[in-house]
Amino acid sequence: MSSLKNWDDQRTETFIGNLLRVGVLLAASVVSIGAVIFLHKYGGQASDYHTFHGEPVEFRTIRGIFHEALTFRGRGIIQLGLVLLMATPVARVIFSIWAFAAEKDRMYVVFTLIVLAVLLFSFLGSGI
Amino acid sequence: MNTLEFTALVGAGSFVAGLLGALTGLGGGVVLVPLLALFFKVDIRYAIGASLVSVIATSSGAAAAYVKEGFSNIRIGMFLEIATTVGALAGAFLATRISTTAIAIVFGVMLLYSAYLSRKPRSPKERNMPPNPLATRLKMNGSFPEAGGIRHYNVQNVPAGFSLMFGAGTLSGLLGIGSGAVKVLAMDQAMKIPFKVSTTTSNFMIGVTAAASAGVYLSRGYVDPGLAMPVMLGVLAGSFLGSRILVEAETKWLRIVFSVVIAVLGLQMLYHGFTGKI
Repeated sequence: MSSLKNWDDQRTETFIGNLLRVGVLLAASVVSIGAVIFLHKYGGQASDYHTFHGEPVEFRTIRGIFHEALTFRGRGIIQLGLVLLMATPVARVIFSIWAFAAEKDRMYVVFTLIVLAVLLFSFLGSGI
Repeated sequence: MNTLEFTALVGAGSFVAGLLGALTGLGGGVVLVPLLALFFKVDIRYAIGASLVSVIATSSGAAAAYVKEGFSNIRIGMFLEIATTVGALAGAFLATRISTTAIAIVFGVMLLYSAYLSRKPRSPKERNMPPNPLATRLKMNGSFPEAGGIRHYNVQNVPAGFSLMFGAGTLSGLLGIGSGAVKVLAMDQAMKIPFKVSTTTSNFMIGVTAAASAGVYLSRGYVDPGLAMPVMLGVLAGSFLGSRILVEAETKWLRIVFSVVIAVLGLQMLYHGFTGKI
């Protein structure tokens, strides 16, 4: 546990920065793979985003997206990449809780837990 | 226009938006929604969903470069994120309830305001403020490296900054933008945080703020994979390139050009909103 004492703000921030970069690169790679499959299959068809239909349920829930992605549907894989992207800031917040706890900064552990609660409410409470 | 052509054009447009956003420091998200809605005739709800996703990508992608410089203040960021995330949730729920024309009008006003802010001179570099009791209790005061050594700063007006951040979050959730302009305003003008610390901390906060409304957008069916894919990849590539050439490029005239573009888009959004054409 002695190594935890060295977790000053600067090291924490550097780690967070790298965590975010890895998350974004991973998400972009998954989206790119999905893009190739999607464009290969539907590239020649007409696209219409002029009228709003709302996405079908398989692209709106985490469970649906995983199902679509695991069956190698292009749009499902893209959506999975986008969910990974949305999860990156959440991972950052979770790591920050640990970092503040390592610094024994209870006040900021509480603040960060509040932010995490709001994020989880957005992802879980809105019916995903 | 088939899907391949549409994807290529939207990807190219998003690339330019990301590049200009990074070069000028004004953010690319603010022009993405008008670009998609006015030129590609995309429904504004799909446009907002795709823009929000790209905002997370650029914020997280740039954070690694910023934190190495040691300017951002994670305590200020985390405390103010309480306000921005709650605001973002409120904004996202509001977006699903008010009409698209109302969203277009708010967007137009926001664009004009961003253009105005980008022309305003920055606040003076040296500001020696006495320690503020609340900010000190919240451990917000900090320091950052400068040419002449380490510079310390004392944060002011925490309640005012916190309230402005709630507004910034609401705008972010309502319009699918990072609303970095309002975030910097809250920190630079209200809380008297040095400009460099404000901008980098703001960038740091944008991803978490956007993630708070992303869940709502995803579950409401605003995030279309076919549209969000070229937008996210294009903006990410553009802003990555923009942050690489930032040091060498002369950005003064670029900022002027880009702020004029933002103002024109703002007027167009207002026009389309008031005539109900969006």
